[in-house]
Amino acid sequence: MSAAPPAVALDGIAKKFGEYVALRDVTLSVEAGEFVCFLGPSGCGKTTLLRIIAGLERQNLGVVRMAGRDVSALPPKQRNYGIVFQSYALFPNLSVARNIAYGIEARKMSKADVDRRVNELLGLMGLPRHKHKYPAQLSGGEQQRVALARALAPSPSLLLLDEPLSALDARVRQSLRREIRDLQRRLGVTTIMVTHDQEEALAMADRIVVMNHGVVEQVGTPVEVYTRPLSRFVARFVGQMNFIAATACTEAAQVKIGDTVITCPAREPLAPGTAVTIAVRPEEIIVGTGALAGVNHFKTRVQSVQFLGPFTRLLLSLTGAPGTTLECDVAAGAFAALEAGEGDDLTLGLKPEALRVFPTDAS
Amino acid sequence: MIRLRHPAVADSGADVIPDRTVGHQMGREDVARYGLVAIVGFVLCLFILYPVGQLAWRSLLANDGSFVGLANYAKYFRTPAIASSITNSLCVSAVSMVITVTLAFVYAYGLTRTLMPWRGLFRVIAMLPLFAPSLVQALAFIYVFGNNGIFTRLTDVNVHIHGAKGIVLAEIFYCFPHALLILVAALSATDARLYDAARTLGASPIKTFLTVTLPGVKFGLVSACFVVFTLVITDFGAPKAIGGKFSVMATEIYNQVSGQQNFTMGATVSVVLLIPAVVAFLVDRVIQRRQYALVTSSSKPLEPRQRPLADRGLFLYCAAIAGVITAMYVAILVYSLVIRWPYNFTPTLKHYRFDTVGGYAPIWNSVYVAAWTALAGTVATFVGAYAVEKCRTALSGPLYLLSVLPVSIPGMVLGLAYIFTFNAPGSMLNRLYATLAILVISNVIHYFTVGFLTATTALKQMDGEFENVSASLGVPFYRTFWRVTVPIALPAIIAISMYFFLNAMVTLSAVVFLVAPGTELAAVAVLLMDDAGDTAQAAAMSVLIIAVGLTVRFGYWVLMRGVNRRAQAWLVAGVSERV
Repeated sequence: MSAAPPAVALDGIAKKFGEYVALRDVTLSVEAGEFVCFLGPSGCGKTTLLRIIAGLERQNLGVVRMAGRDVSALPPKQRNYGIVFQSYALFPNLSVARNIAYGIEARKMSKADVDRRVNELLGLMGLPRHKHKYPAQLSGGEQQRVALARALAPSPSLLLLDEPLSALDARVRQSLRREIRDLQRRLGVTTIMVTHDQEEALAMADRIVVMNHGVVEQVGTPVEVYTRPLSRFVARFVGQMNFIAATACTEAAQVKIGDTVITCPAREPLAPGTAVTIAVRPEEIIVGTGALAGVNHFKTRVQSVQFLGPFTRLLLSLTGAPGTTLECDVAAGAFAALEAGEGDDLTLGLKPEALRVFPTDAS
Repeated sequence: MIRLRHPAVADSGADVIPDRTVGHQMGREDVARYGLVAIVGFVLCLFILYPVGQLAWRSLLANDGSFVGLANYAKYFRTPAIASSITNSLCVSAVSMVITVTLAFVYAYGLTRTLMPWRGLFRVIAMLPLFAPSLVQALAFIYVFGNNGIFTRLTDVNVHIHGAKGIVLAEIFYCFPHALLILVAALSATDARLYDAARTLGASPIKTFLTVTLPGVKFGLVSACFVVFTLVITDFGAPKAIGGKFSVMATEIYNQVSGQQNFTMGATVSVVLLIPAVVAFLVDRVIQRRQYALVTSSSKPLEPRQRPLADRGLFLYCAAIAGVITAMYVAILVYSLVIRWPYNFTPTLKHYRFDTVGGYAPIWNSVYVAAWTALAGTVATFVGAYAVEKCRTALSGPLYLLSVLPVSIPGMVLGLAYIFTFNAPGSMLNRLYATLAILVISNVIHYFTVGFLTATTALKQMDGEFENVSASLGVPFYRTFWRVTVPIALPAIIAISMYFFLNAMVTLSAVVFLVAPGTELAAVAVLLMDDAGDTAQAAAMSVLIIAVGLTVRFGYWVLMRGVNRRAQAWLVAGVSERV
């Protein structure tokens, strides 16, 4: 436990809209200087949680603390944060400079100081030549940076980003990801970003909070969340994942898929005959010469081949388990070496450590 | 459900989440926000709910003030002379509605879907009736088809214009631009891709019209029907001038109140007149709610194609209607400028002396009242819309309803309600009686709904996060209102003020009971002079009203161009940098 209290601490947050429960007992903390992503599908409550931190929504239950201070009862302006919305919400009738100055010119600050701060931020964002333009004259990426500059102008201790990149096209999104991340590191400002894009969360966050149906499913670093998903939902939502129905065997650490028995480490012992789901990522499946070397291998038939540039995605049906299909990503070079096409037979291997076992829900 | 005073942290299952949100401090801004909502609510209650309540209450009293229950209503329905005004009103309204909407639909189709020449001119001419009181349309028909009309004189054919026939004709003129505006908007909002699809599927023009065009304007047609019906059934000026012995409900209220000083019967007829107007309003709202967006951001606007036959036919049709409208206004102008229409066409300006109504006071009063109505109405509707839209409270719903209610209160009814409210002995509100202020207030309330809805639309189009951004930056909401909300909404604000001004210039029904010596208005002067037989002076005053309206409209057009040019800087890229 570090001595300083976390920058943001949520304790038992619950929120209802009418009878609809948007958040249920959310408890987590964000350390000072950390970049945390709230990740989840639409309707999972991530934006509601951000707005509760911002004081734009009020929780029905629970406490919001900032740097140890209970801010649950405080209005937004006393919480000391900057926020960037998905729509940017730039004031269209004010120039870029006036937009950035909006939050600081109302404070006790001389005109010269305001101008200095505006110029500083314009420089930081690489926008000096746009100073006197109106937002509509800028590209989406530039507008995004103005919104960021406006939020950062009063030097808040917390930066909140609500899907800041989702309105941009793919290329701009890629470069802004890095820019925002670099800026955040440089300024050391604690940042919470809401996103539904798992790739974005993996690329930017120090820690990811995966949410679903108003509940936190998992909190962890990008690597933890990707490699050790704690639930089926996380496994499915973050990255690509194959799910295969299987049955636990009498022997420990063995399950049966169709008529093939494979070895996989289970986190907890399973009663023989329990229906389970095996999860494996498409890029972790071994095809070609290496496939027969490991402990687990399957005979499959190639159903379709999808060329995706750097790699090729194969849809394979397991010969030993009718109806079961797998997606498998093969690097472009490796695929050429395979010399496999649609309808061909192909052997694949599964490393035990690449497999995750989840109980199959009754539903 | 049990409400928990303290958060039950120990057992936080779904069913123990309390309905209330956690408590929070009331800041100065919250107080300002709630104060704003309270003021808006108070004003709406004082000038809408309270007067209408007074009116309804008076319909239950006898003239001596004793409570008689529904006796007045019984008397109303038992007296054939009065009761017939109900069926008369409904008939005239229904007939005018069908004819107006049909004529306007074809006209709007010509304007929006063909490449015929003079479309801009036709559009402008069709708007002319907006600048004159409904009474004036009726006078124009009398000048042409009346017993001493020019048509009657020249052909010796008397069409006996006074009565239902005349009312319907005058109402068609009066309502034509209202219906046209709605239908032009409906016909413009279409997706060219639907027509492309119909053509590639081999649909005939008639089939395309029936399956694409008509369904696309369905809601516009319904809306136009309700607007026209409501306008006609609540109109007072035209039936008063041209109705003769044919009595409708609006003129019946006037007869009871002004003619027979029978205020309770006036109140009774008023309450009955509220019913069809409110029903039309409610049905229209239900239908509009079912409307779905036909035009999305990916829609392609329809570019009309050359269709020689249709273009020529619709050109002749539009030219005929525009010609008749122009002829009517020329008739009024000429009538006011000759010694004695239709016998002596020697030009003269003597009718512009207005000796019977004390010179030019009425027109100046009208301009003064219209200007104040524009100012007060714009502020009231915009602030009201802001309070409802941006300060979300439990009162937002009721305040919204209260704000859209006035559109279904006929002017006569509002005027009479204001008499009961502001001419009650011993009431503080009496101070307003017989002032220009009461005329301004009644106009603001009478036309409140359209201004309110325009402002609401403008506010809804703004990013909902503006206020949240301000809050996060520590900027109070009223500062953002002034620096961002108002500048962005400026085009809507200007449109609202023009709407208030023009309507305040031409309205008769809402003010006819409220004018007093010293506060005469031009539209009322037209009525009085026409009643007194000074028809040429009535025509002259009408010309002045129209002239003021057109001048102001032109001024607004110039202003709007300036505003739009300035707004272009925000909206269009490529403006030179000012470093």
